[in-house]
Amino acid sequence: MTDQATMNLVSFEDAVSRYDPLIGLETHVELGTLTKMFCGCPARFGGEPNSLVCPVCLGLPGSLPVTNRMAIEYTMKIGLALNCTIADTARFARKNYFYPDMPKDYQISQYDEPLCTDGWLDITVHDPAAGDEPRPFRVEIERVHLEEDTGKSMHVGSTGRIHGAEYSLVDYNRAGIPLVEIVTKPVAGTGALAPEVARTYVAELRDLLRALGVSDVRMEEGSLRCDVNTSLAPRGASAWGTRTETKNVNSLRSVARAVRSEIQRQAALLDAGQRVVQETRHFNEETGTTSPGRSKEEAQDYRYFPEPDLVPVAPSRDWVESVRAQLPELPGARRARLQREWGLSELDMAALRNAGALDLVAETIAAGATPADARKWWLSELLRTANKSGAELGDLPITPADVARVAQLVDSGVVNDRLAREVIEGVLAGEGTPDEVVTGRGLVVVSDDTALTAAVDEAIAAHPDVAEKIRSGKVAAAGALVGAVMKATGGKADASRVRELILGRLS
Amino acid sequence: MSIARAEVAHLARLSRLALTDEELDHFAVQLDQIISAVARVQEVAAEGIPPTSHAVPLANVFRDDVVIPPLGADKVLDQAPAVEDQRFRVPRILAED
Ligand SMILES: [Zn+2]
Repeated sequence: MTDQATMNLVSFEDAVSRYDPLIGLETHVELGTLTKMFCGCPARFGGEPNSLVCPVCLGLPGSLPVTNRMAIEYTMKIGLALNCTIADTARFARKNYFYPDMPKDYQISQYDEPLCTDGWLDITVHDPAAGDEPRPFRVEIERVHLEEDTGKSMHVGSTGRIHGAEYSLVDYNRAGIPLVEIVTKPVAGTGALAPEVARTYVAELRDLLRALGVSDVRMEEGSLRCDVNTSLAPRGASAWGTRTETKNVNSLRSVARAVRSEIQRQAALLDAGQRVVQETRHFNEETGTTSPGRSKEEAQDYRYFPEPDLVPVAPSRDWVESVRAQLPELPGARRARLQREWGLSELDMAALRNAGALDLVAETIAAGATPADARKWWLSELLRTANKSGAELGDLPITPADVARVAQLVDSGVVNDRLAREVIEGVLAGEGTPDEVVTGRGLVVVSDDTALTAAVDEAIAAHPDVAEKIRSGKVAAAGALVGAVMKATGGKADASRVRELILGRLS
Repeated sequence: MSIARAEVAHLARLSRLALTDEELDHFAVQLDQIISAVARVQEVAAEGIPPTSHAVPLANVFRDDVVIPPLGADKVLDQAPAVEDQRFRVPRILAED
């Protein structure tokens, strides 16, 4: 903490103009299996404290672990989707350390023989410095391995944090839930895009895991957690700098912020001729900065050795190929296909993704809307509403079928754009389906010529000066009269018909 | 192969074992003898023989992903040295620096 206060702040732009960042990500994903990794306890989130445990996940003497076949299969799925090689033989290992959230005093993990190695994930980020030009990056995957999650500890004491705690309370419900760790190789050459590359990688990985159906990937509930490694080297230097590891960064936004703030902090240290200390750091959501973790932590000495209670996993090639054959269409391929089918630009697609609207738009189109209409309604009216209330688009009380129906109502001339917005407002307010809102609020466009002609005549009479302009050929002035008619009809008139009538009257 | 007294002290610390100096002297000698005895295996292990992690050549022992009813919190906490809030109460995790 003091290290930051004594430093001169370096702006991010300045930092990346003089230093090359190198980033790496370790992502932990809790698998959505029914049971834990090595015992039959439910692998469920929540539940009364210590209600989902047994002798195995409590590490009681005499209990023995047995590997969950489904967890192995899910991990292979992830590995294959990430273009990894599936090992002929993988082994579990004991990672020894003392911490009460691991009741056995070791964690069963994988060490030198992980299940999946050497893959990649392709991502695209948009470079604001180059007019949002799409920049593809291939993030190389070092390994995908399987381990067990730890219990949850609450620190009791004045601070509520581990430092200053008087004692801790431990709930082992989470202990033993299958946990996959996905480790990237260092990603070089990102420059100023480093925070965005990190964020996009995690977003892409999350979408991939969701599509595979292997996890509910909720960052806020901790079923997807990220550690972010960052180091800097002076531009053009041949050797890489010392890296720090920022632990448990729990939202996409935080991933980008953590990288950004580490780059600035390390640049300030290097500028001042100081060393970056290799250490674990914590990300603070409120300040958007990192602070040193357990500074006096012993040098990591986990004394890994092969787990004697578990035999190796040696997936047959038939098993691997049958898992590969079950892979669904992956998000990258699906987006490319949808973009082609919908005729949208790369940027449009990025906007849809960032808004979390991709699936909603797909469903709206499937319900009969045109791609342009589906995109328009979700990204304008509905996104505004969602942002205003801080909700996710998908949580709004309106279905893709409703949106498709609204688009259809506009198309068939029942309502105009303005009334359509009212229809959506009504649906969101719980007034029923779009058709029910139209009836309930009396929102049908007035296109009946007799009614409209009367309103047009009134408007002409009320604005003789405007009428005169139009008569003398200034057709553009008609807008003022259209506005008057729309006002008089409470916005329910068909504007293009009104315009036709006005011009007809004054020609 | 041998193991030094300092290494034994380090391992004891990592394992949270409070050994007296006398115990350290005693165990360091014993451990060194054990390790030297086991190390003789390396004299016969030829190139190309992978290290043995299991005595039985067996792989792929799995169970199906089927729930077995857990113990229940009452039973689980029954033997705990200290309980608070239906959780195991444990001593402070990190010493103050
Ligand atoms: Zn269990």
